[in-house]
Amino acid sequence: MSAILSIRDLRKTYEGGFEALKGASLEIEEGEILALLGPNGAGKTTLISTVCGITTPTSGSVTVAGHDILQEFRAARRLIGLVPQEINLEPFETVWNAVRFSRGLFGKPKNDALLEEILKKLSLWDKRKSQIKELSGGMKRRVLIAKALSHEPRVLFLDEPTAGVDVELRKDMWEVVRELKADGVTIILTTHYIEEAEAIADRIGVITKGQILLVQEKADLMAQMGRKQLEVQLTSPIAEVPEALAAHGLELGADGRSLIYSYDTRGERTGITALLNDVAAAGLVLSDVVTRQSSLEDIFVGLVAGEES
Amino acid sequence: MNWTAVASIYRFEMARFFRTLMQSFLSPVLSTSLYFVVFGAAIGSRIDEVEGIAYGAFIVPGLIMLSVITQSISNASFGIYFPKFIGTVYELLSAPINFLEIVLGYVGAAATKALFIGVVILCTASLFVDLSIAHPFAMVLFLLLTCLSFALLGFIIGIWAKNFEQLQLVPLLIVTPLVFLGGSFYSISMLPPLWQKITMFNPVVYLISGFRWSFFGTADVPVGTSLLAIGGFTCLCLAVIWWIFKTGWRIRS
Repeated sequence: MSAILSIRDLRKTYEGGFEALKGASLEIEEGEILALLGPNGAGKTTLISTVCGITTPTSGSVTVAGHDILQEFRAARRLIGLVPQEINLEPFETVWNAVRFSRGLFGKPKNDALLEEILKKLSLWDKRKSQIKELSGGMKRRVLIAKALSHEPRVLFLDEPTAGVDVELRKDMWEVVRELKADGVTIILTTHYIEEAEAIADRIGVITKGQILLVQEKADLMAQMGRKQLEVQLTSPIAEVPEALAAHGLELGADGRSLIYSYDTRGERTGITALLNDVAAAGLVLSDVVTRQSSLEDIFVGLVAGEES
Repeated sequence: MNWTAVASIYRFEMARFFRTLMQSFLSPVLSTSLYFVVFGAAIGSRIDEVEGIAYGAFIVPGLIMLSVITQSISNASFGIYFPKFIGTVYELLSAPINFLEIVLGYVGAAATKALFIGVVILCTASLFVDLSIAHPFAMVLFLLLTCLSFALLGFIIGIWAKNFEQLQLVPLLIVTPLVFLGGSFYSISMLPPLWQKITMFNPVVYLISGFRWSFFGTADVPVGTSLLAIGGFTCLCLAVIWWIFKTGWRIRS
């Protein structure tokens, strides 16, 4: 795979002096789904707006399939589709005209068959003659996606595509994103929902205070930073961790009915066998054994908190 | 040039016009008829003729200019302000188009609408008074240039405006007085000498004078001067728009 989007040392200082991007660098590979996570005000939207041409960078460079976004803005922008965070749509226009307008705006010749296919895929075909103001919030979001797809972009930016969308629709949206990936579209999405990144992304990027903190394969990130816990539940409560088990670094559960053992999944030996043997030797009777893996959310909170302290 | 994009913007803007075709058509017909009733019948009955032209016919070029100028400005300013207001401007900014293409689309549509209304008024007027057009080509040229240049001005106002009040401000406080005081309903020669001089600073005088010349062959100022004035005004607006897009003033952060 090769990089379709290269962002190098991108800086953006707004007129008021606010520095939204402080040298962000990022390489995005063709055909992947990258989820960009970050707290509010981290620079996610500024980053997207700059790549798409809505905001002018203060310094740094961005290329899309080798085309510089400033010097070769036409070639670069033709490859990009943008689904903005806010629902920005002309309320009195019909769905069909709005989508056709977007295609024309990007200089693509009329192709009604393709637009029909896009609208059908997004379950908007029946609504094509409706004025946009008559649609529900979820439908409007789909219209935004349809508009962005109408000119056949190779890179699609989804800025918080499922903010304020109900669970069912969110899952539908993920399905759409997966289908797009299958069609070869590279997708960059920003989200507040870690669950979303965990569900659909190939790689995760974390941005805070205008800088990309890390970019990693989702699985690697989880494996590297994911700590696993084993909870040994006991039939009768104990007052303290027995002397014989001190070497395992256990914590006592709140009600004294469980022992919690933390371990690293990367380690060659997890120490579980030894622990369970020692527990049995100490005469404790087990009622259940539970394991837990930290979610992306835990990792993310840990990362951002670490950065801020 | 991305002509497909220009055509798309143009069609999209014209669709807005066609959605409200009846209003677009009825309001100029009604207002022109009212002007004829008030100025033509009530006042015109006391003024026989101005510079040898029947008063009813004399005011026609001024009436057309009044509507065309107002319509060009309001159509173009609203056309670009609305996407800014509802946020759809993101699509224009992220599309592979340059400022010239955006301007051609929006200003072209606004000028077309104004031209349509100008023609409607001309037709309505011909129902009330006897009209002959001495220089039809010049008439069309003046009309086109006026539609274009004031649509450019409207585009600038639309970019500049931060709210709906500001959108109304320039047309209301500057353009309407200039048009009314620009000889729409009278000849400059009817003013006292001092006011004749002051009036020469009003750019609209040159427009109306030139336009009236194309109808009746008489003018307050030489036709060449009128053409130069409107040409200069168009260039000035173009230069301002070029600067706006170069710096991204009020559209690109």
